Amino acid sequence: MNNTAAVANDKISIEKENTNKTLFGFWLYLMTDCVLFAALFACYAVLHGNTFGGPKGSDIFSMPYILAETLLLLTSSFTCGIAMLYARKNQKKIVLYALIATFILGLSFLTMELHEFRSLVIDGHSWRQSAFLSSYFTLVGTHGLHITIGLFWMIVVSYQIYKKGLKELSIKRLALLSLFWHFLDIIWIFIFTVVYLMGVV
Amino acid sequence: MLGRLTLEAFKHDQIVMFGVMSMIGAGLLAVILLTVFKKWKWLYKEWLTTLDPKKIGIMYIFVAILMLLKGISDAGLMRVQQATSSGASEGIMSATHFQQIFSAHGTTMIFFVAMGLMFGLINLIVPLQIGARDVAFPLINAISFWLFVAGMLLINTSLAIGEFSAAGWLAYPPLSELAYSPGVGVDYWIWALQIAGIGSLLSGVNFITTILRMRCPGMKLMRMPLFCWSVLGSMTLVVSAFPILTVTLALLALDRYMGMHFFTSSYGGNPMMYVNLIWAWGHPEVYILILPAFGVFSEVVATFSKKRLFGYKYMVYAIIAITVLSYLVWLHHFFTMGAGANVNAFFGIMTMIIAIPTGVKVFNWLFTMYRGRVKFSVPMLWFLGFVFTFTIGGVTGVIMAVPPVDFQLHNSLFLVAHFHNMIIGGVVFGYLAAINYWFPKFFGFKLNERLGKLSFYFWIVGFATAFIPLYILGIMGATRRLNHYDASQGWQSLFIVAAFGALLIVIGIALLVAQIIVSVIKRKQNIDYNGDPWDARNLEWSTASPVPFYNFAVLPEVHDRNAWWDAKHKKHKITEPTVYDKIVLPKNTSIGFLIGVLAFMIGFGLVWHITWLAAAPFIVIVCLLIYRSNQENTEYTVPLRVIDRIEKANKLKAQAQ
Repeated sequence: MNNTAAVANDKISIEKENTNKTLFGFWLYLMTDCVLFAALFACYAVLHGNTFGGPKGSDIFSMPYILAETLLLLTSSFTCGIAMLYARKNQKKIVLYALIATFILGLSFLTMELHEFRSLVIDGHSWRQSAFLSSYFTLVGTHGLHITIGLFWMIVVSYQIYKKGLKELSIKRLALLSLFWHFLDIIWIFIFTVVYLMGVV
Repeated sequence: MLGRLTLEAFKHDQIVMFGVMSMIGAGLLAVILLTVFKKWKWLYKEWLTTLDPKKIGIMYIFVAILMLLKGISDAGLMRVQQATSSGASEGIMSATHFQQIFSAHGTTMIFFVAMGLMFGLINLIVPLQIGARDVAFPLINAISFWLFVAGMLLINTSLAIGEFSAAGWLAYPPLSELAYSPGVGVDYWIWALQIAGIGSLLSGVNFITTILRMRCPGMKLMRMPLFCWSVLGSMTLVVSAFPILTVTLALLALDRYMGMHFFTSSYGGNPMMYVNLIWAWGHPEVYILILPAFGVFSEVVATFSKKRLFGYKYMVYAIIAITVLSYLVWLHHFFTMGAGANVNAFFGIMTMIIAIPTGVKVFNWLFTMYRGRVKFSVPMLWFLGFVFTFTIGGVTGVIMAVPPVDFQLHNSLFLVAHFHNMIIGGVVFGYLAAINYWFPKFFGFKLNERLGKLSFYFWIVGFATAFIPLYILGIMGATRRLNHYDASQGWQSLFIVAAFGALLIVIGIALLVAQIIVSVIKRKQNIDYNGDPWDARNLEWSTASPVPFYNFAVLPEVHDRNAWWDAKHKKHKITEPTVYDKIVLPKNTSIGFLIGVLAFMIGFGLVWHITWLAAAPFIVIVCLLIYRSNQENTEYTVPLRVIDRIEKANKLKAQAQ
């Protein structure tokens, strides 16, 4: 009896240790992602004035539209936080609902972004037009690509929680996902400020 | 269906055909040998699917040595071309071919030789030195390795199918843009590096976590062996520099594939931004490579001088200082850009400052030798060779750190000689010392000393003969990457001397390969089961040789620096294991290998614009990762009787010796 308890304890401590390691490693990965975005921001900063006769930022950005996008993403971060909170309280149903809400908000954000890209291209302002537009599409698009990955990941994690319940492993994955999602939120705040706000001023 | 791939891609001139045929021949030979000796299952079970960092490390070094052979043949061809192509003679190859060769030489040597040797060593040594059984993320480690292999294969495929980049090892735009390099060469370069680079990035995350989270009890940071410290510095640089490489390559790819204008010479693009970005990665990369070599020398010098390393703390501070400073010097690669006197002055001064911690390290090694009982074994010879060549390289580096001087020497052979002094004299010598030093730990026998020494002397003499003429040529005005020059320049004799030096290095490499082969054949003469052939100082030597797959039957407890030396001298005895730990290790899996194969297919598809070949493997990778995340029981507990059997057998062997 004692023996099995010890084995079980052992297993828990190993799992805890693994979770700690994974969280730490994931933080490191996020920092590398941060450097990646920093490089893209640097490119944007260098190239944003090189419009080569094409439109400037203020000619193509519509602030109310961007603000709506921003609010969607910020709210999705909030619902993602709720999912994490209730995961710790072991309330599977609320976690799943919160994740679905996050997914819908994230998807709406992505749709709005793609719509914006699409209308720019239709108006003849594609990434081929100038260095400014190249760096704009790349910076914002890389964020969008991250969001897309996050959405796919959310499906996988939600499915695992739905199937297997809130075990140590699935909570760990949810924690990683939520770190990722919040990180993307922060990056978006920078994009909102540097690209859009400073672009229209 | 096949994108841009046509039969044209398979037509080559004689030299390339010879290279392709020898590669295919070597591949066929390997297949035949594996079949004849019925080793396919062994290959799959023991190597391709392994998650053991020791085996992954050995595979890294194996691949790196193969690539060294390719890289040195490129170098040899270049030397022959430059020695013969003067005046009326056009040398042995066309200008385009020459350009591809120097691009391939640099790319191969840095990314697939130096990086491969480095990650190989880190895999082998770091877990053992910090008293751990594994790395933090074993599967990611395997994926890193197989991505490295995928990149390596892509580079070599360019030889047989299509062409390689002719834009230099860093592919500066606008030359590397579609307008000036319309072929697939630059695309091969981009995707080989991108794939291998992502592997390196993952490794960086992995080893930082390993070092910071998996040290055995008592192994405080300031008790860590210096090799681990140097790896920590180097990996910190990896995680902060490699994302920049990823971005730079991606942006160049976007320019070439999507018609963007980051680095084009029109539409507002800015080619100089590429140069800034690539060196913001490239300069740290130099230190990524050299820091672990510094770590190796710290181990080697202390061991073979039978002394504690002089100034351990300052060695650590020096590593940290180099790690930070290496980010503040990148602009010295292009003083001629025209950034202005103040900017150039800043980067010039920073470059001189970074020489100081490096100097501290050199002096500390020398002081370690001072009054030590120095044994001039092969690793120690490499160290001494390193001190000479590296110091010369350092001094010429500081000369070029003065912007006005650099304006004269920029892109000349003086520069080429300088960085070969650093990379051969520093990095390669360091890793060769490491191979000689740690080989017995993983194979149970030492490498042949005689051939090792002979190889060293050929290398060092060849090195001086090959590169001192280049310094002189550089001052005489010879620029790098010349496929032809006028006879009236009077350069030919020096180029011939340099070619002779390259020949000596080739002999040195042949002797290195011979050393390994002879040592394997005559392994009985150099056997070492004891586990500590050099009377060394750190934990890796406390295990049996070859190291059992679980590293330590009982995790050691550390009380001071040089834990194993202390244990041997009865200060803090490492207790004989009576009860073994419960050891949990990851099960083998083919996922890493599969991802490597798929990544290669993606790369090939992208190079030739074969959409389905790029997209389908990508989807498979995603499915594999999802499958893996749902997999349970990926670990197993090593049965106690297995540990007991191995431990007892090792003890018997050690006693019998």
